[in-house]
Amino acid sequence: MTVSHSDTPHAEYPPHFEPPHGSTWKFFFGPGLVRGGWMAGVGFVLGTLLVLALRRWWGWEPYWLTEVILVVGGMVATPIGFLGGIGAFDYWLHYISGRPTRPEDHSGHGARTWRDYFRVNTDHKVIGVQYLVTTFVFFTIGGLMAMFFRAELAQPGLQFVDSQTFNGLVSMHATLMIFLFIIPAFAGLANFAVPLMLGAPDMAFPRLNALSFWLLPIAGVMFLASFIAPGGAFGAGWTGYAPLAEGQPLGQTFFNMGVQWAGASSILTALNFLVTIITMRAPGMTFWRMPLLVWANFTTSLLVVIATPFIAGSQFFVMFDRIMHTSFFTPEGGGYVLGYQHIFWFYSHPAVYIMMLPGFGIVSEVISSMSRKPIFGYRLMALSLMGILVLGFSVWAHHMFVAGMADWLRVPMMITTLLIAIPTGIKVFSWTATLWRGRIHLNTPMLFALGFLTMFVIGGLSGIYLGSVPIDIAASDTYFIVAHIHYVLFGGSVFTIFAGIYYWFPKMTGRMYNERLGKWHFWLTFVSFNATFFPMHYVGLRGMPRRVFDYDSAFGDLNFVISIASFVLGASFIVFVYNMITSWANGPIADANPWRAHTLEWQVSSPPPIFNFDEIPQVVGGPYEYGVPGARHAVMSPAKEAEEVHA
Amino acid sequence: MRKGIVQLVAIGVVIGVLVTLVAVLFQWLPTSASEEFDRIQDIYWFATIMSIVIFSVVAAVVVYSVWTWRVPDDDDLDGPPIHGNTGLEIAWTAVPAILVIALGIVSAVVLSQNGEAGNRPLEVKAIGQQFAWKFEYSDYGDFTTGELVLPVNREARFTMEAVDVIHSFWVPNFGQKMDAVPGIETSILVTPTRTGEFAVVCAELCGLGHATMRAKARVVTRAEFDEWVKEKRA
Ligand code: HEM
Ligand SMILES: [Cu+2]
Ligand SMILES: [Cu+2]
Repeated sequence: MTVSHSDTPHAEYPPHFEPPHGSTWKFFFGPGLVRGGWMAGVGFVLGTLLVLALRRWWGWEPYWLTEVILVVGGMVATPIGFLGGIGAFDYWLHYISGRPTRPEDHSGHGARTWRDYFRVNTDHKVIGVQYLVTTFVFFTIGGLMAMFFRAELAQPGLQFVDSQTFNGLVSMHATLMIFLFIIPAFAGLANFAVPLMLGAPDMAFPRLNALSFWLLPIAGVMFLASFIAPGGAFGAGWTGYAPLAEGQPLGQTFFNMGVQWAGASSILTALNFLVTIITMRAPGMTFWRMPLLVWANFTTSLLVVIATPFIAGSQFFVMFDRIMHTSFFTPEGGGYVLGYQHIFWFYSHPAVYIMMLPGFGIVSEVISSMSRKPIFGYRLMALSLMGILVLGFSVWAHHMFVAGMADWLRVPMMITTLLIAIPTGIKVFSWTATLWRGRIHLNTPMLFALGFLTMFVIGGLSGIYLGSVPIDIAASDTYFIVAHIHYVLFGGSVFTIFAGIYYWFPKMTGRMYNERLGKWHFWLTFVSFNATFFPMHYVGLRGMPRRVFDYDSAFGDLNFVISIASFVLGASFIVFVYNMITSWANGPIADANPWRAHTLEWQVSSPPPIFNFDEIPQVVGGPYEYGVPGARHAVMSPAKEAEEVHA
Repeated sequence: MRKGIVQLVAIGVVIGVLVTLVAVLFQWLPTSASEEFDRIQDIYWFATIMSIVIFSVVAAVVVYSVWTWRVPDDDDLDGPPIHGNTGLEIAWTAVPAILVIALGIVSAVVLSQNGEAGNRPLEVKAIGQQFAWKFEYSDYGDFTTGELVLPVNREARFTMEAVDVIHSFWVPNFGQKMDAVPGIETSILVTPTRTGEFAVVCAELCGLGHATMRAKARVVTRAEFDEWVKEKRA
């Protein structure tokens, strides 16, 4: 697939900066994947030597300890070498070393050819696409794993894999979907859309933005590499509970460290969003004029920076227990097993909102512009995001109702959990009311948005069952949980990601996707999704625990149906991929504003100019003033016009 | 508009009836075999009725809106600029708030009832070890079995112990579940109400054999239980 847009505004970009060296020298020593490759190797050697030297110096026998070498050499020094090699640190090192900095020539900004997508690029639009393509690669891998273990589960008993592989597949599936798909796919969409929506030329810290992206494939490769570790992939679930995780084979370390890289990526991106949203709004863009997608990412970023350090901590503690024989979570040494779960869920409950709020933002954009009506109750929509943010930090122990934690914690956690349904309900009802008396365009993004709306209600309602402690005691750790998380994360988050991709596809690529295929994709997905996950409520309540390769044969028939439906669900994804690839390569050229939306990204060409706005927009009103005569969100040019609108 | 409201309500009723059929035609819950699960099932139905109403309302409005106000692709008009409605917004904040708080109160009451040990419950220690359950009857001189046997209509208190990693003691028909955690002691109460054989299932991923970590629970009459105990101690 080529992405060279000879017929699009990309051709107007300034030419590349040519370094004053020969091309062979550049091939090996210029920033890029080649230098990334060999510097990763150098990193590994240096890291290993450092470990050996230090162990020798302190006289710690044996000098060679595989797990330590692996962590320091393989999972810290190698990635740093790689990042240095591709040039993620070039500018900073230049600066730190006191050499005269090169004047910024923007050679690392924007995409002139497809090659520019494979290097450190500081353009938020390119980074957005890099994120999305990367995350969809991991979505595909994670999805194939799901097909694989669904095949195993089609019948009771073991057929295809052994139990370590099964646990590895399930753990890897969840880990990839969460850390390498949903969270970063939202970051990708936001990367593309948020600066444009704010009227900003880029993110606040473009180099940091590039670095954040490149941390991601490192995490993904690290997770996947655990399959080749002796003993197999990490198999303690995506939750990695101690002490099970502490007794796992080597593969577990890949999880402990992979989470660090994915987490670092999230945190850096979130900081970047926060600074961008606070400081780079166009003139006139007050907080109460920001599109809800921006609000959603603002809230999400706050969640990320506050919560993510906790999962990082929890994984470090497990690793310390494994390698350095500390006893954070080992009772024999005086450790406290439930401590792990408290720390883990203090991140991972907020993380479910990290995986949902950006989707709320996308859906607000889509429903409002496709219904041709202002979003219903804009301010309450923004405030309910904030409500979820605050409440989200006070409910973590609802994942521990049967974990044996202090009894007195249960009722307060139940109350806060149930209260979260209120801001969530406000959002659902407001989207529904936005539809009312609208002029509804039922195209693919809208179908996915409405699919989200209905499916998310089901997921939210099963959440309420689980919020009630006595019901949770019966339903926890069963397939009912699996049903709940897929209704909120697939019917919820993934549907919104699809909605967002179809919605911004013309803006990102300058071309239009195929509407018929889009609709096919939606209906196939919608039907097979329900056929796959709805019956899981039933088998769960009836007595099938989660994370098992074998089960009571009474559930055999339903599991067979579920597995077949899941293969259809997998196949529906092919329609999407086909549509994306063919449309990107030669779909019809898209208009600047095919949806007649008011937000700023639609006021510039498709794809947007290299620095987004050739002139600074002046924001003069709310983002969703559909149907208000003469209303505008922004004026793009002469200050004169702005004055007229003001007057 | 009048006609519209009638249609909307009709759609809502149809959806509500369909969803209700789904809820009642299938037996979603296993047969309850304990007092505790009876109470839990009451809350389950409370939550189910609430869910049916909320889902039907949202789905009806979505279906009705799309059905009534869908326009062709080339339509380029806008809808009416309705920005909100304070009354409605207050209503849909307050009504769910009341519903979930009611659910919370009912749940808290049931939780405390299910957690109240009566007079001298039968003490059973459930020990989880990769990958089997062991049961110790401390009231009867500490004998250990791999099969759980309980007298009907007598409250039993399970005290959980884990030897290696976390396991979770679960009997689907009792509706009660509790993790066995290394280093701490956890417990749960069950009052069996039905004789018969049930499955004890480990519900917390505990390693390679997790899926096969099962045991049998047998609820028997008082006399049969005494008989069994005597046999075991002999
Ligand atoms: C009305 C809102 C919601 C409520 C009341 C709710 C409640 C709960 C409760 C009580 C649990 C714990 C169940 C257990 O493990 O025993 C749970 C699990 C979970 N929820 Fe939700 N939830 C809600 C919405 C969401 C959303 C929006 C997401 C994500 C987008 C989400 C994702 C998850 C996940 C991933 C788990 C399972 C974690 C695991 O054990 O692997 N939930 N939910
Ligand atoms: Cu949660
Ligand atoms: Cu287990």
